[in-house]
Amino acid sequence: MIAEFGLAALWLAAALAALQLIAAVLGQRKGGETLALLVRPAAVAQALLCGLAFLMLLWVFARTDLSVLLVAENSNAQSPLIFKIAGAWGNHEGSMLLWVTIMAAAGGLIALIERRLPERTMSATLGAQAFVTFGFYTFILFASNPFNRLASAPQGGGLNPLLQDPGLAFHPPTLYCGYVGLSIAFSFAVGALLTRQVTPEFARVMRPWILGAWIFLTIGITAGSYWSYYELGWGGWWFWDPVENASLMPWLAATALFHSVSVLASRDALRTWTIMLGVVAFSMSMIGTFLVRSGILTSVHAFAVDPTRGMFILVLLAINIGGALALFAVRAGTIAEGERFSALSREGALVINNVTLSAVLGIVLLGTLYPLVTEAFGVRVSVGPPYFNPVSAIFVFPMLVVLAVGPLLRWRGDRLARIKTPAIAVAAVGLAALLALWLIAGIAFLELLGLTLAAVVAVAAFLPLRGRSLKRLPLPVWGMCVAHFGIAVALFGMSVDSAFTVETLTAASVGQTIDVGPWKVRLDAVEPVAGPNWTALSGRLSASYHGGAEHELTPMSRTFWAPPQTTSESALLTRWNGQLYTVIGEGTPDGRWQLRLWWKPFVTCIWLGGFLIALGGFLALVGRVSVDVRRRVATRKIAARRAEMAAV
Amino acid sequence: MRWFVALVLAVAAPAIAQDTMPPAPYAYQQLANPQLEAKAEGLMGTLRCLTCQGQSIADSDASMAGDMRSEIRQRIAAGESPEHIRQWLIGRYGEYISYKPQVTRTTWPLFVVPVLLLLLAVLIAARRLRRRA
Repeated sequence: MIAEFGLAALWLAAALAALQLIAAVLGQRKGGETLALLVRPAAVAQALLCGLAFLMLLWVFARTDLSVLLVAENSNAQSPLIFKIAGAWGNHEGSMLLWVTIMAAAGGLIALIERRLPERTMSATLGAQAFVTFGFYTFILFASNPFNRLASAPQGGGLNPLLQDPGLAFHPPTLYCGYVGLSIAFSFAVGALLTRQVTPEFARVMRPWILGAWIFLTIGITAGSYWSYYELGWGGWWFWDPVENASLMPWLAATALFHSVSVLASRDALRTWTIMLGVVAFSMSMIGTFLVRSGILTSVHAFAVDPTRGMFILVLLAINIGGALALFAVRAGTIAEGERFSALSREGALVINNVTLSAVLGIVLLGTLYPLVTEAFGVRVSVGPPYFNPVSAIFVFPMLVVLAVGPLLRWRGDRLARIKTPAIAVAAVGLAALLALWLIAGIAFLELLGLTLAAVVAVAAFLPLRGRSLKRLPLPVWGMCVAHFGIAVALFGMSVDSAFTVETLTAASVGQTIDVGPWKVRLDAVEPVAGPNWTALSGRLSASYHGGAEHELTPMSRTFWAPPQTTSESALLTRWNGQLYTVIGEGTPDGRWQLRLWWKPFVTCIWLGGFLIALGGFLALVGRVSVDVRRRVATRKIAARRAEMAAV
Repeated sequence: MRWFVALVLAVAAPAIAQDTMPPAPYAYQQLANPQLEAKAEGLMGTLRCLTCQGQSIADSDASMAGDMRSEIRQRIAAGESPEHIRQWLIGRYGEYISYKPQVTRTTWPLFVVPVLLLLLAVLIAARRLRRRA
């Protein structure tokens, strides 16, 4: 009954999306204003109904209603409740429903609260949102129904053991908030193109949505990277896997987008760029979804293999992206050029940011799709870290240099002489770091450059605070400094990890002590352990840093029985200056145990940096929104005062 | 007769290796010489584990990855250069095994496009920035 209820709500939501679209289209014509009044309520109602459908799905998963096909295939009555619920989106159908739910919720939210733009632009925007959402509703209802019933109820299959992890349970919803939040930017871009209203006001309205989506993407990518680091058991934190790239591409586009939208908001420049990036960012989200959900890739993350679905998403993708790009091509010429600026200015630096980020995006897209293209022609090639790392560095490293000085420049135009002192200081830091590293540590070229730039950016991140009153500094400026500093921290972590990690792989007998970098690790015992849906062999290790106090670590080798699979559960010991990473493998015939130990100096900086970047975004968002709210309250007061005066 | 036994072993080996055979000697054991080990690791990190999904042989528990790690460590210890071993593996398993694409008739766009992107980036930046205030 619950499942049918959910399905009915979903059909109704789809119908309301259609209504919203029709009302928005007809409302654009002369005399259609009354019809356009329907658009906002339809968007809100659609969001509520879709949310209801999603709640029903959570319900059947929480109750392990095995008569629902999806539950039977992906859940198991013995799993802990949190994994039962996470099972709702740990599969193809459920995750697509989550996707469309977030999309509907975002659309409903702007319909509810956004009143700054001309009503015509707003209804065109909501129409675009309805168009995209409607496409995904049809996909779910016709090709990917999560509420299908099963004739006879069997024992459930269970969530993939690799995904049975609390961190990962909330990974997909976070990433989806990011992906789908960008649909708002897409719809705003389309709405602005349709009604030819590419204004600073439009940029200010769009900005918090982009920032919000970008924060979710940043957190999602960072958390996902940490997850693969500790869960896969080999200490790698980024694999340039197509699924990771699928989340990186929208992030790159969104990063470029919110830098460019800031230029449009403050300076009324970069109009076409901003619109273009708005279209591209969500297109990347859709391409990512297509890559992951169509089963076209075979990678750790791909759970769905069904070509009909792939074709359906591909067609949706072609219609949405193709349509938006065609509209852009037709209308871009009619958008008047924005304000001008000189090469040496804040805008100029941000243009370089935009161009380099777009180029990196192009490279990641190429490297991700190219193997698929050659495979279609019968040749299989692989594109991995040895390609992505150096090729993207060609663009990223110069961008970081610009990042160091860009925020010091004034809008419109500036003189080099004015920023001479800080620029020289930054350059001196860079040279000193380069020289010191080169003399002390014999490390590879990319790591050397990475560490040098990390030092440069770390210092430069806070230079914009120079000579300003810290108390009166707007929150978004703090946000910028924190986020840029986060980039330096992450880059530092990545470079140090890749240059100074110590690895020891060995077969150890109980009682034996092994060296790994500054650590001495002793294997004390190997014991069997049982969990709720697994059994395991657990190693007990004692580790001491430079002969100091002993810490206990218990890495495990777990065997799940539904579905049957063995996973390595690493055990980590975190110090301020790095992590000791331990894994236990199989026993050898002579009674010893495979141990894999790593000392990874400053590796945690990678994710600390990621969260600092997200925090910076959050500060900027809070700053922007609070200004918006204050402005709104002020206008309301003024209006009330005026009404009073008129009454008197 | 001898070649027949060898053939049977060669065909049967993968099936046996799954469960009963111990992992190859250097699958989970490093070379004593740190420089050689670093060479081997550099190579292993850039080779695809053919039985896994999107992992390199340096980060995989699969038995085939273990066998390959062992093979690579032994060859490095015997003095072969990493690129030579890579070529040998590509010859055996095809280009798919190497995460480091080579410039060939099928892969040249991977190298030409970044250059074009670089030119395009410079061009766009120059065009945008030349319009003085």
